[in-house]
Amino acid sequence: MSAQPANHAAPDLLNVEIDGKPTQIRKGAMIIEAADAIGVAIPRFCYHRKLPIAANCRMCLVEVEMGGKPMPKPQPACATPVAEGMKVRTRSDAALKFQKDVMEFLLINHPLDCPICDQGGECELQDVALGYGRSVSRYTERKRTIADENLGSLVATEMTRCIQCTRCVRFTSEIAGTYELGGMSRGDNLQIGTYIGKTLETELSGNIIDVCPVGALTNKPFQYKARAWELVARPSVAYHDALGSNLWLHTRRGEVLRTVPRDNEAINECWLSDRDRYSHEGLYAADRLRAPEVRRNGQWQATTWDDALAVAAEALRSVPGGELGILAHPATTDEEGDLLVRLARGLGSPHLDHRLRQLDFADGAAAQPFALPAAEVQEVRAALLVGSDLRREMPLLNHRLHQAVKKGAKVYAVNPARFDFNYRLAGEAITAPQALADALLALARAAVAEGAGAPAALAEAINAAASDEGDHAAIAALKSGKAVVILGEAAVTHPQASWLRALARFIAQATGAGYDELPVGANAVGLARLGVLPGNGGLDAQAMLAQPRQAYVLYGAEPPHDFADGAAALKALRDARVVAFSAFAPPALREVADVILPIALLPETDGTLVNVDGLAQQVRAGAKAPGEARDGWKVLRALGGLMQLPSFEFDDLAGLRDGIVARPAAPREGRLAPRPAAAGLTRLATWPIYRVDAVLRRAGALNAHPLNRAPAVRVNADEAQRLGLAGAAAVRVADAVLPLVVDPAVPDGAAWVEAAQDSTATLPPYGAAITVSKA
Amino acid sequence: MNRIASYFKSLLLIELFKGMGLTMRYMFSPKYTMRYPMEHIPKSSRFRGLHALRRYPNGEERCIACKLCEAVCPALAITIDSAPRESDGQRRTTRYEIDLFKCIFCGFCEESCPVDSIVETHVHEYHFEHRGENVVTKPQLLAIGDRFEAEIAAARAQDAAYR
Repeated sequence: MSAQPANHAAPDLLNVEIDGKPTQIRKGAMIIEAADAIGVAIPRFCYHRKLPIAANCRMCLVEVEMGGKPMPKPQPACATPVAEGMKVRTRSDAALKFQKDVMEFLLINHPLDCPICDQGGECELQDVALGYGRSVSRYTERKRTIADENLGSLVATEMTRCIQCTRCVRFTSEIAGTYELGGMSRGDNLQIGTYIGKTLETELSGNIIDVCPVGALTNKPFQYKARAWELVARPSVAYHDALGSNLWLHTRRGEVLRTVPRDNEAINECWLSDRDRYSHEGLYAADRLRAPEVRRNGQWQATTWDDALAVAAEALRSVPGGELGILAHPATTDEEGDLLVRLARGLGSPHLDHRLRQLDFADGAAAQPFALPAAEVQEVRAALLVGSDLRREMPLLNHRLHQAVKKGAKVYAVNPARFDFNYRLAGEAITAPQALADALLALARAAVAEGAGAPAALAEAINAAASDEGDHAAIAALKSGKAVVILGEAAVTHPQASWLRALARFIAQATGAGYDELPVGANAVGLARLGVLPGNGGLDAQAMLAQPRQAYVLYGAEPPHDFADGAAALKALRDARVVAFSAFAPPALREVADVILPIALLPETDGTLVNVDGLAQQVRAGAKAPGEARDGWKVLRALGGLMQLPSFEFDDLAGLRDGIVARPAAPREGRLAPRPAAAGLTRLATWPIYRVDAVLRRAGALNAHPLNRAPAVRVNADEAQRLGLAGAAAVRVADAVLPLVVDPAVPDGAAWVEAAQDSTATLPPYGAAITVSKA
Repeated sequence: MNRIASYFKSLLLIELFKGMGLTMRYMFSPKYTMRYPMEHIPKSSRFRGLHALRRYPNGEERCIACKLCEAVCPALAITIDSAPRESDGQRRTTRYEIDLFKCIFCGFCEESCPVDSIVETHVHEYHFEHRGENVVTKPQLLAIGDRFEAEIAAARAQDAAYR
């Protein structure tokens, strides 16, 4: 379809002249790049700096002179490489005539429906037509129309408006890697579509809205809601994964109406995952709390802040410090996290943790910044994914890896299921969760065989393992150049995470690869840095639930969905006094809490998030919190002040930030969890892409998307046969009845039941033995 | 001589009769004063009075929520919310309000409207009895449009050649 611009050309520079301005540009660059670099605007529709060149809109035609002779025909600036001494005229009479004539052709079949088009006011075609279009159309024949396709809940289509620039087609093939859109028919009948009228299933689908220069592809949840000129753009940061994608919140009257990416080459380039783009719907869920509520005699009643804070303070004062547990959601901002540490210290409680979804704390590990920065993952020659469904865990990091694969990188995976990747893996080991460490041990064995020395704690287990050719190939590939070992969420939340972490670290160190452990939660790195972790003698998130405390503070965490073991969380919380800081008041929280203090969510509050590269990104409040809801740090300040705790004397955000100190925790290197022998069927629990936090779970359009699979028990055909479930439509797991799906992606010995769905949140946790029977 | 002439003029009350003549002439000439509100000054078809939202002859509202009137309004008197209509997904307003205290009756909204939906009628006689009534809502605007559609259409037809 198109030629990739030759970015790897020699670094020598060529002299060219554009509109009389001399400039230098690297060999192999296109005229349009040189023009953009010096600020000469050439109109274009199909050219996009991140996409391969197609040169099919012809809008960028310019006059070119080479070696003193004009080229006989106008040249497309996006597809004409520069040459030494080239002279380009973009605004000469001839060039303008070419551009105006192309514009007239483009407008022939474009409907005049700007007043009802959502792109109106921010449309590239509208803008360019103003400068290059005729005021009156000479075309009097019938315009072509195209039937619409339903691309799902996220992208609205009006394909009659399409000008066939194929940016969306190139996006789905080259960036998303799913090849979901294509062109059918020829000439003026060319139609862009999915061929079969299916929902777009890429996790990056929203970006085709941004690349579309016209109103053919628009934002469906935002459809007809507002005009571009009414919206106030406020810079913010995504808070559903730790990549910290930069984005603009488009707000009107304090309400976030849509989200678009904010360019940052080091983080999200110009893209945004659907998860970050559409999550704002969740901010305005029906169960959003507008005023503090207190439970009195079993009845919930809305109350004033003074009253609610007094009740909260009384609840916290009523138990000794050692009987108080503080559980913070891992997307809590630095400011709130630091205040929680001050609260814990002030009340004398060592029990503080943010690692709600982790099960194995033997090595005391908390999230660390990536050793190999996210932007450099694009340049690796090889990668090893350990327990990672990277596409769903961190979509834009997966995009970086996908770009590396396109340049020849080899990706190996050790996973508890055959996760769906948008590139071909060079090798994969798929084992049931309980055997995941064994698969990694085989790789470590291969590394040892290649000459690496195993650390003492692991040596025995590694020497007992056997490696095969595939393992050696993977190790060799990791050694071949820049490489990365990525420990995914399915490994970090694994019941033997300490083993997986130690082995992955060893393999990374033995092969010279960077070690990147995905933080679970948007600010896990920041919270770990601030010491939102168990203090001296403190209990971790699991132990706090296993050895119930008399009182808990829940900060932004929603039981049972946000906990690794939802049932244990509910049980422990139900019998204790619970002060909940929460934006939402779902029934499960009302059941366990005694007072709920409504706090603002990230787009509505000032805060700092630390991303995977250790970059602290400070964001300003972009929207208004509903009703009486207040910034979390203000509520904590008021509560701390009421209880007269130390370190709560600051007056404003600056004062709070001055008092924030890093409290690095020392991980217990080498300590490993016991590895029980494999027994029967174990549960594989992964967090579905659109269910990882309370806001996402309330985002309607995302939850209607097929990537958010309906809760089900997934086993492979053999396992179903062995369990006597062949042909069963529904099965019973613990106290839940779920549909049975025979899924070849699941290994023997495992049943894959995704977490954080209403019907699955209280099932036995990841890695636990479960029994599945016919319902 | 002059003195004699002026003596006779005043003796014969000539100036009085002149004055009275003028009075009599005006008494029988056509009146300029309008007996408002029983009588009205004729209005131009371009008169810009109370706003209305029009419908198509089949009863469908014209407004498509393009928000150009809201954008062009120099007094920020117009507030529009829009959404896909529940019945058929068409682009429609869910709120269309004009604050008549803010409105300066410039007519830009009418000029900007691509579907001749928002118009200014010849109605200039209206009053508010309660606070808040100055904000006219979408149902009120549509009702005004329905009531005066004949006049609105006639005025637009008369002016069509010059638009």
